Amino acid sequence: MPFAPSDMALIVPELFLTAAGLVLLVAATAVSRAQEKQIALWSIASLVVTGFLLAVPASAGAGARSAFGGMFAADGYSLFFKVLILAAGVVTILFSLRFVGDSPYPGGEYYGLLLFATVGMMFMVSGTHLISIYVALELMALSQYVLAGYFKRETKSIEAAAKYFVLGAFSSGVLLYGISLVFGATGSLSLAAVSRSIVLGPKSPLLVLGIILVACGLFFKIASAPFHVWAPDVYEGAPTPISAFFAVGPKLAAYAIFARIFFSGFGHNSSEWTVIIAASSALTMVVGNVGALMQQNVKRMLGYSSIGHAGYALLGLLAYGSKDFGLSSILIYLTAYALMNLGAFGLVVLLETKGYAGESVDDFNGLAKKNPLAAGVMVLFLLSLAGIPPTAGFVGKYLLFSAAMQAGWFWLTLLAVLMSAVSLFYYFRIVRAMYLVEGTGELRWREEPAVTVAILACAALTLFLGVYPQPLIALAKACLLS
Amino acid sequence: MTESAPFDLLGADILTTLVFLPSIGGLLLALVPGNAKNAIRAVGLLFSGATLAVSALLLQRFDPRVVGIESFLVDRHWIPRFGIRYLMGIDGLSLSLILLTTVLSVCVLLVACGQKIDRWKGYVAAFLFLETGMLGSLVALDAILFYVFWEVMLIPMYFIIGIWGGKRRIYATMKFVLFTLAGSLLMLVGILFLGGVHAQATHFQSFSLLDWIPAAASGAWHLSIRQENFLFWAFALAFLVKVPLFPLHTWLPDAHVEAPTGGSVILAGVLLKLGTYGLLRFALPLFPGATFRFTPFIAALALIGIVYGAWVAAAQKDMKKLVAYSSVSHLALVVLGIVAGNAAAISGAMFQMIGHGLTTGLLFLLVGVLYERRHTREMSDYGGVATHVPVTTTLFVIAALGSVGLPGLNGFVGEFLILGGVFQRSVVWCAIASTGLILGAIYLLTLVQKVFWGPDRNSANRGLTDINGWELAGALPLVAGIVWFGVAPAPLLNLVRTSADFVVQIAHLRMVP
Repeated sequence: MPFAPSDMALIVPELFLTAAGLVLLVAATAVSRAQEKQIALWSIASLVVTGFLLAVPASAGAGARSAFGGMFAADGYSLFFKVLILAAGVVTILFSLRFVGDSPYPGGEYYGLLLFATVGMMFMVSGTHLISIYVALELMALSQYVLAGYFKRETKSIEAAAKYFVLGAFSSGVLLYGISLVFGATGSLSLAAVSRSIVLGPKSPLLVLGIILVACGLFFKIASAPFHVWAPDVYEGAPTPISAFFAVGPKLAAYAIFARIFFSGFGHNSSEWTVIIAASSALTMVVGNVGALMQQNVKRMLGYSSIGHAGYALLGLLAYGSKDFGLSSILIYLTAYALMNLGAFGLVVLLETKGYAGESVDDFNGLAKKNPLAAGVMVLFLLSLAGIPPTAGFVGKYLLFSAAMQAGWFWLTLLAVLMSAVSLFYYFRIVRAMYLVEGTGELRWREEPAVTVAILACAALTLFLGVYPQPLIALAKACLLS
Repeated sequence: MTESAPFDLLGADILTTLVFLPSIGGLLLALVPGNAKNAIRAVGLLFSGATLAVSALLLQRFDPRVVGIESFLVDRHWIPRFGIRYLMGIDGLSLSLILLTTVLSVCVLLVACGQKIDRWKGYVAAFLFLETGMLGSLVALDAILFYVFWEVMLIPMYFIIGIWGGKRRIYATMKFVLFTLAGSLLMLVGILFLGGVHAQATHFQSFSLLDWIPAAASGAWHLSIRQENFLFWAFALAFLVKVPLFPLHTWLPDAHVEAPTGGSVILAGVLLKLGTYGLLRFALPLFPGATFRFTPFIAALALIGIVYGAWVAAAQKDMKKLVAYSSVSHLALVVLGIVAGNAAAISGAMFQMIGHGLTTGLLFLLVGVLYERRHTREMSDYGGVATHVPVTTTLFVIAALGSVGLPGLNGFVGEFLILGGVFQRSVVWCAIASTGLILGAIYLLTLVQKVFWGPDRNSANRGLTDINGWELAGALPLVAGIVWFGVAPAPLLNLVRTSADFVVQIAHLRMVP
C-alpha cells in the first residue's frame, strides 16, 4: 500500500499527542508525588495543542482528505468527534487533579495512559479501513483496561478492570472475526471498496454474518444490549473521573466508527442490518432504563442510564434512508450526551464522601441547602439526561426521535418516548434527595475550582444549546460523512 | 416582521416581554440573599405585578373582533433547519387565560406574604418560573415551542409540591410529574409525526398552528382514519390528563391535598385550564374528524366524571380533597361543553374556565388560610367558626355560591351556557350533567355549614384569627372577579366569543357528517 510522505502531514495532531504521551510517561517516572500535578497540567496543554493543530488546517479551509492508501481520513466528520474527544480528555484530567492526587496511588502513568487512549480514539474516528479502525480501537481499549484498574488495591477497581478486560478482549475477537468474514466475502477491508463490492457483487450469507458479528463487537463497545452487562460494573468500580471518561470518550469514538462503518461501508446492505440494530436499540432502551430504576449507587445508575442513551442513539443509525438527518441527529445528540454526562459525573467527583466509589443516592441528601448552585446545576444535567426542555438533551432526543419517525420506525419511537418517561423517575430520585430530603449533616463537599469551572462550562453549554441549538445544528450539518 | 428587527419590548415583542418578565425576576432572586425576606417579597411582587400590568396593556390594545390567533404576532426563526419557529400570538381565549394567570400569580404571592413559609426565596422563584411556563404555553403557536413551555411548567410545580407540600408530598409530586409527563411525551410523538406528515404533504417544514390549522381544514394532509385517530389521542391524552378527565384524574386529589396553598390555587386555577385550552387550541382544530368520531366516548367519560367527582366530593371529610374532587366534576362539565361543539356550549366552556379558576382558586386560598392557623383540614375539627373569622366566612360563602352557580355570581353564567348548549346536542347529557350540579350544591353547602356554621364545639378554634391584610389583598381580586363576571358577563363573553365561533366553525366544517 503506497503512501506519500505528505500523508504524514495529515496525522500531525495524532503524532504530536503520541509523542507528548511518551514524553510524559517517561517524565512521570522521575517526578515525586507532589510534582504529579505538573504532569497533569502538561497533559492538558498537549491536548489543547493537539486541538490547535487540528483546527489550523480546518480553519484554512482544507476539505476532506485521505491518506495512507485510504486507511485514514481527515474529514469534517472525524474533526467533529476529535474536538469532542479532546474536550472530554481535558475535562477528565481536570476532574482527576485532586482525585488522583489525594489517592494513595501515584498518578504519573495515569495521564500518559489517558493521552494514549485519546490517540486511539482519534485514529478510530479517522479510520476508513477496517484494520486501521481495529488497531486504533485496541490502542484505546488497552489503555482503558489499565485505567479501570488504576486504583489497584481497591477490590472494585480490580474487578472492574478484570471484567472489562475479559469481555473487551472477547468482543474484540468477535469484531475481528466479523471483519475477517467481511474480507472473505468482499475481498477488501477498505470501507470504500467493501461498499463497492456490495453494490456490484451478489448478496452472500457470509457477508451478512460478517456484518452481524461486526455489529455485535460494536454493540459491546457502545454498551448496548445484549452486550451491555460490563458497563454498570465498570462505571461503578473505576475511579470516578475515569468513569466519566468511559461514559463519554470511548462511546463517542465507538459511535463514530459504528456510523462510519455501517453508513459508508455496509450502507447498501441496510435492509439486513437495520433489523438487528432496531432490535438491539429496543432491548437496550428497556434494559438500561429499567435497570437504572433499581440502582442505589449513583455511578451505577449513570452507567445504566448511559446504556439507555446508547439505545436512543442507535435510533439515528436506523435513519439510513434519510442518512444526513440521522447522522446529524447522532452528532448533536452525542454532543449533548457528552456535556450532560461529564457534568453529572463531575458532581459525583465533587461529592466523594466515603473514599472512592461510595456514591449512593442518599449522599445527595440535602445538597440543595448546603450548596444551592451545585444542586441547581445537577438538576439541569438530570433534566437534560431525561430529555426535558429547554436543555441540549431535549434537542438531541427530539432530533433522534424525529429522524427515527421519518425513517418509519414508529413503534421504536413510541418505545423510546415511553422509556424517557421511565428515566425521569430515576433521575428525579437524585433531585428528590437534593431538594426534598433533609441532609444528615454528613455531606462532604470538595471545593475544587478546576472541577467547578469544568462543570459550569458543561452546564452553560447544556442550557445554551437547549435554548439556541442552531449553531450546533449548522456545525453538524457541515461535518457529515461525504 | 423582518427577522432582524430589534426587539420592541412593549410593541411588537410584547408577548416576549409578558412571558419572560417573571423569570427575569426569578433569576434576579439568585442575587438576593436568602434571609432578606422583604427584598425577596419586593422582587416577587414587583415582577408578577409588572407582568400583570403588561397583560392589562394587552387587554387594552386587543381587538376582540379579530378572527384567528394572530394578534400581537411574534414570528422569528428558532431552528430554521427544521422549520421550528419562535412563534407567538393570542386570541380572546388565550388573552382571558393570560389575565387569569397573571392575576392569580400576584394573588398567590400576596397570600404567601401573609403566611410563614420556609425557604422563602425558592418559593417565590418557583412561582415566577412557573408563571413563565404557563404564559408561554398560552401564547405559543409553534407546536415545539408549546411543548417546551408545557414541559417547563412541570419543573417548578414538582418543587412546589415536593418541597412545600404536606406529609405525602414526595409521592404526590412524583405521581403528578409522571402522569403529566407520560401524557405529554405521547404528544411529542404526535407532534413529530404530524410535522413529518405536514412536510410530506406540503413540501414545507412547519410546526406552526397557523400552517397546520388551514392544512387540517382543507384536508391537505390526507390522513387515514387510523392515523388521524392516533394523532388525536396523542394530543388529547396529554390534555385530558391535565384536565383531568375521569379515569385519568387520580393524580389530582393527591397533588392538591399535598400541595401548599399557592400550589393548589395555581394548579386548580391555571394548570387544569391548560388541559382544556389544549383541547380547544390543538386537538379540536387539528383533528375535527376524530373529535367528532370520539365525541360520544369523551362525553360519556365527562358525564361519568361530573357525577363521580361530585359523588366522591360529597363523601370527603378533608376540605381540600372535597374541593379537589369538585374540580374533577366541574372540569368534566367544561370538557362536555367543548365536545358538545356548538357556540353556546363552547363559549360557556371558555367562560367557565375563567370562572372556575376564580372560584376554585379562592376556595383553595381560603382553605389554606384556615389550615395555616389550625394545621388541619378535617371538617370535623371546625364548626361554628363564623363568629371567630367573619371575613373569611363571608369570602368563603361567596366562593362556594359562585362555585355552585348561584345567579348573580360567575358560576351561573358559565354553567347555564354550557347546559344550554349541551341541551341542544342531547337532552340526556344535559339531564345527567345537571345532577352533578345539584350534588355540587349539596356538598359545597354542607362544607360551609359544617365548617362555618353550627355549634362551636371545638375549643381549639376559639383563638382562630381572621384573614390578615396580605391574605385579604390576595383574595379580594378573586372575589371582585366572581361578582363582576356574575353581574356583567358581557365583557368576558365578548372576549371569548370570536374564539368560540372560530372553533365552532372548524368543528362544523368536518364534524357535521
